[in-house]
Amino acid sequence: MSPILQVTDLDVDFDGRPAVRGVALTLERGEVLGLVGESGSGKSATALAVLGLLPGNAQVRGSVRLDGQELVGASEKQLTRIRGSRVSMVFQDPLSAFTPVYRIGDQIAEAVRAHQDVSREQARQRAVELLDLVGIPEPALRARAFPHEFSGGMRQRAMIAMAMANDPDIILADEPTTALDVTIQAQVLDVLRTAQRETGAALLLVSHDLGVIAGTADRVAVMHEGRVVESGTAVDVFERPQEPYTKRLLAAVPRMDTPRAPQPPTGETVLKVRGLTRTFPLLKGTAFKRRIGSVYAVDGVDLDIRRGETLALVGESGSGKSTTLFELLELAPPEGGSIELFGNDLAGLGKAETKALRRRVQIVFQDPMASLDPRMPVGDIVAEPLRTQGADRATIGRRVPRLLAQVGLDPAHAERYPHEFSGGQRQRVGIARALSVEPELLVLDEPVSALDVSVQAGVLELLQRLKEELGLAYLFVSHDLSVVRNIADRVSVVYLGRTVEAGPVDEVFERPRHPYTQALLSAVPLPDPTRERARQRSRILLAGDPPSPTRRYDGCRFRARCPLRPHLGERERKRCEQEAPVFDGDGAACHFPRVREVV
Amino acid sequence: MTTAVIAEEAPVAAPPAGRATVVLRRFLRNRTALGGAVVLVLLFLLAFVGPYATKWSYSHIDYTALRAAPGADHWWGTNRIGQDVFAQTVRGLQKSLVIGLLVAVLSTGLASLVGACAGYFGGWTDRLLMFLVDLLLVFPSFLIIAIVSPRLNSSGWFALVGLLGLFAWMITARVVRSMTLSLKEREFVRAARYMGVGPFRIIWRHVLPNVASFLIIDATIQVGGAVMSETALSYFGFGVQPPDVSLGTLIADGTSAAVTYPWMFFFAAGLLVVFVLAVNLVGDGLRDALDPTSKGASR
Ligand SMILES: Nc1ncnc2c1ncn2[C@@H]1O[C@H](COP(=O)(O)OP(=O)(O)OP(=O)(O)O)[C@@H](O)[C@H]1O
Ligand code: SF4
Ligand SMILES: [Mg+2]
Repeated sequence: MSPILQVTDLDVDFDGRPAVRGVALTLERGEVLGLVGESGSGKSATALAVLGLLPGNAQVRGSVRLDGQELVGASEKQLTRIRGSRVSMVFQDPLSAFTPVYRIGDQIAEAVRAHQDVSREQARQRAVELLDLVGIPEPALRARAFPHEFSGGMRQRAMIAMAMANDPDIILADEPTTALDVTIQAQVLDVLRTAQRETGAALLLVSHDLGVIAGTADRVAVMHEGRVVESGTAVDVFERPQEPYTKRLLAAVPRMDTPRAPQPPTGETVLKVRGLTRTFPLLKGTAFKRRIGSVYAVDGVDLDIRRGETLALVGESGSGKSTTLFELLELAPPEGGSIELFGNDLAGLGKAETKALRRRVQIVFQDPMASLDPRMPVGDIVAEPLRTQGADRATIGRRVPRLLAQVGLDPAHAERYPHEFSGGQRQRVGIARALSVEPELLVLDEPVSALDVSVQAGVLELLQRLKEELGLAYLFVSHDLSVVRNIADRVSVVYLGRTVEAGPVDEVFERPRHPYTQALLSAVPLPDPTRERARQRSRILLAGDPPSPTRRYDGCRFRARCPLRPHLGERERKRCEQEAPVFDGDGAACHFPRVREVV
Repeated sequence: MTTAVIAEEAPVAAPPAGRATVVLRRFLRNRTALGGAVVLVLLFLLAFVGPYATKWSYSHIDYTALRAAPGADHWWGTNRIGQDVFAQTVRGLQKSLVIGLLVAVLSTGLASLVGACAGYFGGWTDRLLMFLVDLLLVFPSFLIIAIVSPRLNSSGWFALVGLLGLFAWMITARVVRSMTLSLKEREFVRAARYMGVGPFRIIWRHVLPNVASFLIIDATIQVGGAVMSETALSYFGFGVQPPDVSLGTLIADGTSAAVTYPWMFFFAAGLLVVFVLAVNLVGDGLRDALDPTSKGASR
């Protein structure tokens, strides 16, 4: 049989600048093709070109044949008929794909009616069926919800339901899980695979995440600078890459399954946090704000870091990781609990002592573009903490070039502005700024999550080197567990603002005891098709979304999603409901911890 | 981009230039802006050296030469009652230059200070400052100036500058405040806070440079606006009063004679246009120099 989609010699230019060059792809019926590449490699442009969805400033040349029918240069009318019925799309940001003012169910029904001659009632029925198929609980009820009432993961499921509505031949998914947490990502990928099986459609999956591709794709095409540099079966590409670029890419991906000897804790304690809490008022109204509740953003976090040690703080989005960091950095008495920095309790610290502490703790932010003042030359940016600490001109003039060199930048570029640097270089500027006052504890809030894998590897290496050279301690926040495995000595897992498990990195990764940690680790896809497929069968899929932090829970706050609880006896279950498990030192905050290997 | 391999202890020749130096360098490289600056300097020279170059004083009346055309004796001619136009114009230029620039600097400075503080500190500071802004906005400013300025004759027209400035900054301040509100949430401001940089330093080093484009546009508009308001005031008998003159009063007086005795009008009007144009060029240059992403000024 001829392939369902055949792309040959596809070129895309944006305002004359080439974005895609000579791309050739074939998609057989019912197969999953993974299109993988770093940002700017042209993967999305390729996917959008297939559907003729590129913006007006793009020029497309070449040929895209859908079942023999040429799509490049086809009229808008023809394309509209194809979109949604024969080819449907799942975008990265599902919020933008739904119209905010219509109910989800109606929008899916609308999609059904656009291409099928059915009654309104039948279409609505079908919408509910579809929502049920993608695992939305109480689909009949939820069909009446508006898009903003759905969480990110649910919206993505609804999007998939809509994509399935007309039994398409091809589903095009562009970074469908990039904005989601790992546990939700695992759910959505599972749904996507189900959808593909149910409809028998071919799936073109575009992603920068090699793990996602490895677990789902039958065949893989690797893109780099607008070209497909290598393609083949997933196993071939991942296990026997031929092209140097693919080899480099695969080597740069941090992997969760490579053990690394963590440093045994040696030095004195740098940071000690006990029972930290932070609540935000929940306000309503625009002119007169009324307090209608509280967000318990941090609600019992414990941390311990020693000199020369890297502690990774992991958890899903909204679990309170950043809030914890910001509480530390305020250097003010915390709302609840205690923070001890270098042996000084933050409660009852004088002005002079606070100032002295400032020098010893510095921060590196997630988004290097946002955290550097766009109107300041990087030399000034790096010098700012020094200046604040009262260093004189001569010292600053001497230190700044040395700092830039230390993080691998050219000191001659000190007079340039941030926008003249690449993402990875900007993050190096951020690191140089933090290092300028010779801190002892560096707080890193997702320092590499905005970077491409190859750039990320460089920055991680730099951090590792600096730690050894300068004897720093790191508090490293990340949601990427593969990165954590590769840099951390100890790990602390938070769920809904509370520490649930902590311990040495190999202990936590190889013998996790808390059911949440197990689910988290099990959800991380490995860039290894063979192992990933084996893992998929035993994957722990968490039900639902993380509960809202605006409520306080009696008993264990994980119990609604806990995969272990249904297997417990009556008495034990009662205990989970009534008694909150406490976290003390290393170990898991669970009444019934049991080791389960998931990596 | 040059590639240089740097050893760990590379000998460092010159310390890197700070922002001020970089901005100045970018400004100096901008030909048109530099041209504007030179014109401004020349205008100041004309205004303050000019009076000594001519034997006529701006108030002296030469009865032998009424409405005389420009010539060897009266370089730019005389007006209807025989006053030397050159002497008058440079005198008026003096006033207008100072009024225009001072009012612009004063009002924009006040606006950025109040707006940035209100936005940055929030809470009661914000409420108080915004109350003040709203109060001043509903005040009939023209009336106030009209009532107050005659009583200020002794302190002269510097008081006028103060008054004009005082009533011209409120809307700008509101805009600066809202811009500050969004800047405050940006990570680089938070980064500075966690480094221990004080609030006023943050405003000075991070907030104001990032609203500078708006402030500069505002200030250049204010320059022209101030000269015009002063004229309007003078017309109603406040502000600069005869025998003293400003470019505004000269233009107002000369308008009717623009066709018949063009020298009474065009010298003053021309200088005003040149002045406003030069300020705009300098403003544009400054904006480009401060904005690293601007295409106009290369590094
Ligand atoms: N200033 C604030 N006002 C109200 N709620 C807030 C505020 N800051 C954070 N929160 C809430 O506190 C919770 C924890 O947020 P936080 O930013 O610490 O999460 P996080 O773990 O860093 O997530 P991410 O991985 O997305 O960065 C969230 O529910 C968030 O909405
Ligand atoms: S305490 Fe109970 S509900 Fe909580 S994680 Fe352990 S088993 Fe699950
Ligand atoms: Mg965060």
